[in-house]
Amino acid sequence: MFRRACRIAAAALLLGTSAIAAQAASTLETVKARGKLICGVSMGTTGFALADAQGKFAGFDVDVCRAIATAVFGDPNKVDFVMTNINTRFQVLQSGEIDVLSRQTTMTYSREASLGIDFGPAVFYDGQGLMVAKSLGVNSAKELDGAAVCTLPGTTTAQNLADFFRATGKKFELVVFENPDENNNAFFSGRCDAVSSDRSDLASIRAASKSPDDYVILPETISKEPLAPAVRQNDSNWRDIVSWSAWLMMAAEEKGITQANVDAQLKSEDPEIQRMLGVTDELGPMLGLDKAWGYNVIKHVGNYAEVFDRNLGEKTALGLSRGPNTLWNAGGLLYPPPFR
Amino acid sequence: MSPIVLLRNRRVRELAYQVLCVAAVIGCGWYLLNNALANMAKQDIATGFDYLGREASFIISDTPIAFEASDSYARAMLVGLLNTVKVAVLAIVLSTIIGTFVGIARLSSNPLLSRLMLAYVEALRNVPLLLYLFLWYSVIIFTLPPVKQAITLLPGVFVSNSGLVVPAFIWNSGFWVVAAAAAIGIVAAILWQRWASRRRIATGKSVPGWPVALALVALPIAAAVLFFDVSGELDWPVLGKFRLTGGAHLKPEFVALLLGLTLGASATVAEIVRSGILAIRKGQREAAHALGLSDRLTMRLVILPQALRVIIPPLTNVYVTTFKNSSLAIAIGYPDLVMVSNTIMNQTGQAIEPIALFMLVYLLLSLATSALMNWYNGRVALKGR
Repeated sequence: MFRRACRIAAAALLLGTSAIAAQAASTLETVKARGKLICGVSMGTTGFALADAQGKFAGFDVDVCRAIATAVFGDPNKVDFVMTNINTRFQVLQSGEIDVLSRQTTMTYSREASLGIDFGPAVFYDGQGLMVAKSLGVNSAKELDGAAVCTLPGTTTAQNLADFFRATGKKFELVVFENPDENNNAFFSGRCDAVSSDRSDLASIRAASKSPDDYVILPETISKEPLAPAVRQNDSNWRDIVSWSAWLMMAAEEKGITQANVDAQLKSEDPEIQRMLGVTDELGPMLGLDKAWGYNVIKHVGNYAEVFDRNLGEKTALGLSRGPNTLWNAGGLLYPPPFR
Repeated sequence: MSPIVLLRNRRVRELAYQVLCVAAVIGCGWYLLNNALANMAKQDIATGFDYLGREASFIISDTPIAFEASDSYARAMLVGLLNTVKVAVLAIVLSTIIGTFVGIARLSSNPLLSRLMLAYVEALRNVPLLLYLFLWYSVIIFTLPPVKQAITLLPGVFVSNSGLVVPAFIWNSGFWVVAAAAAIGIVAAILWQRWASRRRIATGKSVPGWPVALALVALPIAAAVLFFDVSGELDWPVLGKFRLTGGAHLKPEFVALLLGLTLGASATVAEIVRSGILAIRKGQREAAHALGLSDRLTMRLVILPQALRVIIPPLTNVYVTTFKNSSLAIAIGYPDLVMVSNTIMNQTGQAIEPIALFMLVYLLLSLATSALMNWYNGRVALKGR
């Protein structure tokens, strides 16, 4: 699309003109001087980043942004959200238009190596799956020989599908749409037999359909998609702030600190809790943050479980179970490093 | 002469302005490019065209040439380019034919016909093409049944929201012999037609034109089939578990894009044809009628050939625009050049290079189209004798 080309060209131009300015100061200084964090989110995905009628953003990715803003300013509202397109998201970050990209983005080797960006910790362990209509009577992705699969032009989505079908010696027809609505329409109308995306995204699509019960997400997970926030490369202080904001929420869940009990926890005898909430040690200033940054994040945004349950969990339209996104000591993959 | 005196000269001044302007444009471009490259190097962002040789590892479903996931990004872009050319050229041909008829009908003395055509033109010209693409695509995928309940038009011909499927003829051997025979036949037929028309003008005697020409095309092909090893078979579509396999497929994404491009361009062509006809003086028509030519012959032999001179230059714009508009394909899932480039951008993370490449390709396509049309314009233009 030419409009898209123009947008990318504009991003490229920004890369040409503004990056030096952004490089001059550290991101933390830039953010503090501006008085606001600028966070890149997706164009609108139920549960991850969606603006309501008043333009107020909510979702899992949004809460990650709010946690970072709270760590820096002590205020979850000191953040502006920029909707980023899947094709320009990295350029927007590289050029300094946004401070952090929190947008269901998969951490990969080549992105860290060649895109001029660094990833924080995985905040959501996802994997690509396939969804079909129940009426098709298909129980496994391996039965999809010869099927037509609809998908968005997601980075690795088309490659993972090709790999999966190549490995199982099956053929398929790939139909790629730029626009999520067209993609979903094509799937719901039967133009495609299956739709493929990250499992969390499939849950979003299903939640948005007229009769969610008619669709089933097949058991196979055909890729690993550790979704992580990303920052510009070579600013390790800023990367630390993003990483530890995310880890703090996980650690808070581990320690049983919640929005509701965080004030009481200030009197906790547990030395790690005291360090996390800034009661004793002075961890915050080491990164250029306020002493009470950890307390602020939990108080205003909540711990990982609260953020997950609020946006994605069983009680939401998405109805996702924690799956691999449970703490390490409960059999999951979330493992925050020690706060000491 | 001193420079001041030189600047008083109008031509020198004009030249100086132009040189300054070009220098400024090149300078700006150079500055931006250098800056972008320096910034990318500083941020360790990969640049260059090395990625073109790497394995694409995705598949494209609508391909004019064979394409596997193990082929390179360069070949993927070639497939995209061929798809772009395929849909745009077809749209150009069809829109010219439809547009010419609509343009003529717009001037019809029958008010119903001319008003209908007016509505056609205005409706198509005043709504963005992208919306029409969504409309045609939605019409196809929502009104036609899913592939399992495909409508059988004829034995082996199926219509569903996954497109049209017809039996395909697969050559086992002898394709090139038949193709060569057909080429020889067509050339012979053209030569025959030319000779027949020259003779008719010179002697006034009519020579059988079409029957002989038809025979000239058919005979070499028949001879090739008789004397060489030519064989093939029909590949019948069969309903598999999910899709129809075998046969030739016309995908709904292609049809919707072709429909959108063709109808959109045909409205513009109609207006151009209409203005071209209106540009011909009334006296020409009256003179032709006075000679006893019918309305149809007047249009074909007197009006349209002259109108062509007015029509060609703006028509070039329509053709160039059609090429560019075909990039909207991405919205409805047709794998054109831009869509394939987008996938590559997503996979490699390199944005500037694929964009530079497809911009270059569109530039070349547009320049080639206008060069061809200018050459044709030169041929039909009024020549002072």
